Amino acid sequence: MSVLAPAVPVTAEERVSVASSWRLIWWRFRKHRLALASAVVLITLYVVVLCPDFFSTQDPEATDARLAFIPIQRLHVFDGLHPSPWVPDVAGKRNLTTLRMEWRVDETRRIPVRFFVTGYSYRLLGLVPTRIHLLGAAAADGRARLYLLGTDRLGRDQWSRLVHGTRTSMTIGLTAVTFSVVLGVLLGGISGYCGGPADAVIQRLIELLQSLPTIPIWLALTAALPRDWSPQQVFFAITVILSLVGWTTLGREVRGRFLALREEDFVLAAELAGASQGRIIIRHMVPTFLSHIIATSTLAIPAMIINETSLSFLGLGIRPPAISWGVLLQEAQNIQTVALAPWLLVPGAVVILSVLAFNLVGDGLRDAADPYSQ
Amino acid sequence: MTTPVLRVNDLRVHFFLDEGLVRAVDGVSFEVHPGQVVGIVGESGCGKSVTMKAILQIVEPPGRIVGGQILFQKDSGAAIDLTRLSPKGAELRAIRGAEIALIPQEPMAAFSPVHSVGEQIIEALTLHERQWRPRGPRLSRAEARSMTVDLFRSVGISMPAERIDAYSWQLSGGLRQRAMIAMALSCRPRILIADEPTTAVDVTTQAQILNLLRDLQRQHGTAIVFITHDLGVIAQMARYVVVMYLGRVMEQGAVEEIFHAPKHPYTRALLKSIPSMNVPPRTLLPTIAGSIPHPLGRPRGCPFHPRCPDAIPGVCAERVPALRPIGSTQLASCFLYNRDEASEP
Amino acid sequence: MAPMTRYVLKRLVLLPALLFLFSVAVFAIVQAPPGDFLTTYVATLASSGSSISAEQVEALRREYGLDRPIWVQYLKWMENLAKGNLGLSLEYQRPNAELIGERLVLTMVLALLSFVFTWVVAIPAGIYSAMHPRSAIDYALTLVNYVGVATPNFMLALVLMWGAFAYLDMSVTGLFSPDFVEAPWSVARVVDLLKHVWLPAVVLGVAGTARLTRVMRANLLDELNKPYVTTARAKGLSEWRLVVRYPARLALNPLVSTIGWYLPALFSGSLIVATVMNLPNIGPLLLRALINQDMYLAGSILLIYCFLTIVGTLISDILLAWLDPRIRFEEGMR
Repeated sequence: MSVLAPAVPVTAEERVSVASSWRLIWWRFRKHRLALASAVVLITLYVVVLCPDFFSTQDPEATDARLAFIPIQRLHVFDGLHPSPWVPDVAGKRNLTTLRMEWRVDETRRIPVRFFVTGYSYRLLGLVPTRIHLLGAAAADGRARLYLLGTDRLGRDQWSRLVHGTRTSMTIGLTAVTFSVVLGVLLGGISGYCGGPADAVIQRLIELLQSLPTIPIWLALTAALPRDWSPQQVFFAITVILSLVGWTTLGREVRGRFLALREEDFVLAAELAGASQGRIIIRHMVPTFLSHIIATSTLAIPAMIINETSLSFLGLGIRPPAISWGVLLQEAQNIQTVALAPWLLVPGAVVILSVLAFNLVGDGLRDAADPYSQ
Repeated sequence: MTTPVLRVNDLRVHFFLDEGLVRAVDGVSFEVHPGQVVGIVGESGCGKSVTMKAILQIVEPPGRIVGGQILFQKDSGAAIDLTRLSPKGAELRAIRGAEIALIPQEPMAAFSPVHSVGEQIIEALTLHERQWRPRGPRLSRAEARSMTVDLFRSVGISMPAERIDAYSWQLSGGLRQRAMIAMALSCRPRILIADEPTTAVDVTTQAQILNLLRDLQRQHGTAIVFITHDLGVIAQMARYVVVMYLGRVMEQGAVEEIFHAPKHPYTRALLKSIPSMNVPPRTLLPTIAGSIPHPLGRPRGCPFHPRCPDAIPGVCAERVPALRPIGSTQLASCFLYNRDEASEP
Repeated sequence: MAPMTRYVLKRLVLLPALLFLFSVAVFAIVQAPPGDFLTTYVATLASSGSSISAEQVEALRREYGLDRPIWVQYLKWMENLAKGNLGLSLEYQRPNAELIGERLVLTMVLALLSFVFTWVVAIPAGIYSAMHPRSAIDYALTLVNYVGVATPNFMLALVLMWGAFAYLDMSVTGLFSPDFVEAPWSVARVVDLLKHVWLPAVVLGVAGTARLTRVMRANLLDELNKPYVTTARAKGLSEWRLVVRYPARLALNPLVSTIGWYLPALFSGSLIVATVMNLPNIGPLLLRALINQDMYLAGSILLIYCFLTIVGTLISDILLAWLDPRIRFEEGMR
């Protein structure tokens, strides 16, 4: 309907007509409030990924069976009227019939929480040795400690473990999708641009991979990983396994785009102008769908995160001592334990939050990159 | 003079967009008499299609009828104001298709691609069965089918029995439009609204479709509201013309009067811009100065004044002229013919 | 329909070839871990304090044919499969067919129920949302959908199990009441199954339902703007009948093609839910077989998953062609 033609105020119209496509995407993306908020969440999570030790309050590996199942200490921001954060102390007593530690929150004994406190030593960004941590308990007797999210059955601090798990899980999602994108763009591009036998072979390969039952095959593949591999090797292998199937969707899409673009006039014009094939692909074809690829990849990350978490949860993904969200949730496998220590489910909430944020950002990007799609 | 079968009175349809209010139809009035062909002409975006959708109350949100009347005269009794009926109610639905039928703009997209065309016509027949045949036995499947075949034959589709089982995308543009006409006529409506029925087909087919519509109109005595931006088509088809610009009626009247003695500067400019055989070759084709304003940036006063060669300074830009009679059948909304109104404070 | 039949036949002919390819891949994967079942077996025995002599291990290895070259083992497996024999589970010392049999039926029941749940909930919800965009219910549904897509189904299962256990003092694991677990099939057992299976079916279907609702809403919103909807409305059809008959039908078509991956995804996805909720499915069986290197059992289950996936794709192709005449005729033109 012509009456409903894009109705942009006249002043904005001129601004819009000279803006670069990236600027236009940013303008449209900015309008999605939720997507913007989600982007902030993701950026925060990735800051944590960069230096998890800084955000930890304790060594994530330190075990102490006497400190098992300490409940969440509620963080109070105000002490009376002064902004001075503190947590209540907990006191444990062993129940002599069940032999379990039973913890009681003592609101009268306040443990002050301070910023930039000294704790266990680590290397900031893997380079600078330091002992400074963002948060910590400024305890007088050195015994009182900070358990923002409680402890697990081995008395490990869940907050610090969660922070470290975030690094693994968020990285694995990103790396697996990066692998998928590289494979998808490369193979999809060859398939769509060259056509012929290469196209036929790649298309059959995609069909073959897409008719594989993903989860069982992933399980079988991860089960086949040697037990003695280092956490880094396992991490790398899992990434490869996840992107093995992930690239196919993108590959198909890229192929379709290339097929359509080959017929476009501007590509013909570039050819007539004597541009080399490589230049045509990089300078003329790829930019037309780059934003679309970015949006699609963002939407692919959450699936990867869920897959990694599920595999690790089943004990076939990332293996302890490495920490990922899935590994953390393994602690919650036993329902009796969960009933005793519900805070063990907190990593699950973080999984949901991050997946939600990725989906919202991805949807926002897709709408912004391609205003004509729904 | 007969009682008009349809009387549109100061109709206003506005679109409530996030960016602002678009007055797509802003005070449109005209009449349609039984058996008469009324042509509505105007550039794209002038609100002619929205006016037609408003008559059937099928304007899509965020569009809404905000004022005016659409009086429809049934066989007997007083005229009903269609704007007072609920758009989703049974009363209005009984009028759509049965009393007032629509031939839409793009026959390609106007048929569902997953139902055969015959099926879609049979649906209309069964739906309004009690209106085109108040008494008698219920319509059987076989009867509806044979009626559809007859309809196809009457609109000049060869091999009608095979064609009714075809899907719209299997038919040529001309056949598709004929099938659409067959569907519109299926329930013997009193008024047929043809929304640019020939824009999507080639010129030869266009002539055939126009002839067909004219023949059918004579046979059945159906009134036709014919929307187009093509003045040539209007000259061939209509007896009466309504010229629209930016949601308002500029001028209306019998086709001879409008074509031979156009009063409104807009109509005059429009007629001048038709290429003519009588002009010496290599003459520049006159065009209307300026361009259609943005829907959100409608000019104040008479909508045509920024492009009007005869605009009266201080008047046309300030106030909106009313539609006033200026000939036997002719009406125009222009201060040039209403000096009294123009000089009013 | 002739071209369609030819197309289906072509796919059916390709099925064994595809299965052959997959069988090679599957065997390669289950063979890949270093060592074999007996290595794991010895390790398990050792950890429980008992032991087995090297001679005995060798004897067993010969008995199971694990000392033969890999390709011989593969051919032996294939030969058995061709005879309809899924082989013997090394761990359970029982025929695989016997182990898989009932569990396979339960896997399919669960997946199908989940599938039905998804469609029965998502399609009406999507239609309602599209017909009332920006309404309160539309916003609520959108919110639920986003959270639904973002929740891994094992997480949902955990939370439900925890809630039922902690607050209702109920156990929602398993597919049967204790009395029926080992009982032979009877009407009472089926009723008991239905009483338990719905919860896992819902858990399994939530993410898919959320996704389907969103797609249905978007598709229908697109379709509602098409000219044929105006035509149908101008014809005098009631809004409800109109939407169901025309745009909803067209909006559904692309969704039907998703059955091809959704149904298989449910088969595979049930693996995780089944493990968490302790369902007698082939999923947990596969998991155990993989960990213990019970390779013929694992291989057979994987091959069954492959088979179900291929059949699921085929079914959706047929459905799509049946629903959309445009595709039906296109196939003929190829």
